[in-house]
Amino acid sequence: MVSPKGEISKEVADAAKMCFQCGTCTAGCPSGRRTSYRVRKIVRMAQLGLKEEIINSDELWECSTCYTCVERCPRQVPIVDIIIDLRNIAVAEGHMRPQHKGTATNLVKYGHTVDVKDNISKLRVELGLPEVPPTVLANEAAKADLDKILKATGFCKIVQE
Amino acid sequence: MAKYAFFLGCIAPLRYPGIEKSTREVCAALGIELVDLKDASCCPAPGVIRAFNKKTWLAAAARNLALAEQQGLPIVTICNGCYGSLFDAAHELAEDPELLAEVNKILAEIGMEYKGTTKVHHFAEVLYNEVGVEKIKAAVKKPLDYQVAAFYGCHFLKPSEIKQVDNPENPHILDDLIEATGAKSMPRKQKTLCCGAGGGLKAAFGDVAKKFTETNLENMKASGAQFIIDVCPFCHLQFDGVQKDLGYNIPVLHLSQLLGLAMGMDEKQLAFSTHITPVKL
Repeated sequence: MVSPKGEISKEVADAAKMCFQCGTCTAGCPSGRRTSYRVRKIVRMAQLGLKEEIINSDELWECSTCYTCVERCPRQVPIVDIIIDLRNIAVAEGHMRPQHKGTATNLVKYGHTVDVKDNISKLRVELGLPEVPPTVLANEAAKADLDKILKATGFCKIVQE
Repeated sequence: MAKYAFFLGCIAPLRYPGIEKSTREVCAALGIELVDLKDASCCPAPGVIRAFNKKTWLAAAARNLALAEQQGLPIVTICNGCYGSLFDAAHELAEDPELLAEVNKILAEIGMEYKGTTKVHHFAEVLYNEVGVEKIKAAVKKPLDYQVAAFYGCHFLKPSEIKQVDNPENPHILDDLIEATGAKSMPRKQKTLCCGAGGGLKAAFGDVAKKFTETNLENMKASGAQFIIDVCPFCHLQFDGVQKDLGYNIPVLHLSQLLGLAMGMDEKQLAFSTHITPVKL
């Protein structure tokens, strides 16, 4: 398991090593076509251990995790996993966008990534669905269990910072 | 009768209850028994929560998987994001006993254990593989004559090495399911292009996400599609929400809503009132 402690983990570095920089990933990347995000470049930077450059870049957050690169990579580099691990390091070091903090805060508050709206609750009843979905939203003890997991894994800390 | 633990996720129950309602009705009509996966949480979302803290993502996903394991049921999801998270987490935990042990240390704090046995399915894949197109055709009461755009999204098919649902570059199963209703799935360019919403892109760089969606909408319009049919409430939200800004008005239906319509469900029950792009049939 990845424990973001500041350095690019051996796992990620080893996975990135498989890349021979052919650029198939960037050529098929829908984000790269529309932004300055170059997935090949991020993988190269990971190979070189340029952690600060990576975690300070907007580009790290411009991947939509569509997996087109992973499907087409001739070296089977787990590119999306590498991006996710690098993002974990960035977040652990305090690089998090306010909008993402909002999503994370929803998870802590509701156990879901979106909030509860009155008009939807009302409509649910009209449709014959339970007003509150039968998830952690409907059971305090279950929500408390989820909270314990979020705390034990350091998630609540991310939101508070 | 096939029986599944129904994993609701976030966007369907809290934004598009018509998707939840039609899934329940369609499954009942096709002989699939859905048992609510009570006490479940967010999957948690693969592109955001997993990107923030992988340990949290895996442990919370394992809790959801363990809830289904306690009931002895496979999970069915109606969302590519939930499918992505739960399928991938189940796969990782089934493949790696050390990782499973590590996650179980966290679950032990809430008196739970995950043995690693839960199977995770997507609604569309269950319909195709378990129910079959012929049975769906037989259940259609009101054949539809629309031209539509099938939108697969990403995490339904990819990574294909572990998912093995369909060809990730040229899939057909959603087209086949759509055509079982009488509707015609129109061929178009870049059929598997991402909607743009995933990976936290919608939240952080909404304008970039919109550019993905715009290309999709251009291709869909050029194909002559009157509706967009998706299999993911998050893709659904993206297509439904940004069209007005981009000057399009192609109504967006989840596969469950299209099937509900073809099986004679009342329009009100499909809750089109929550859709941002008006649904005119």
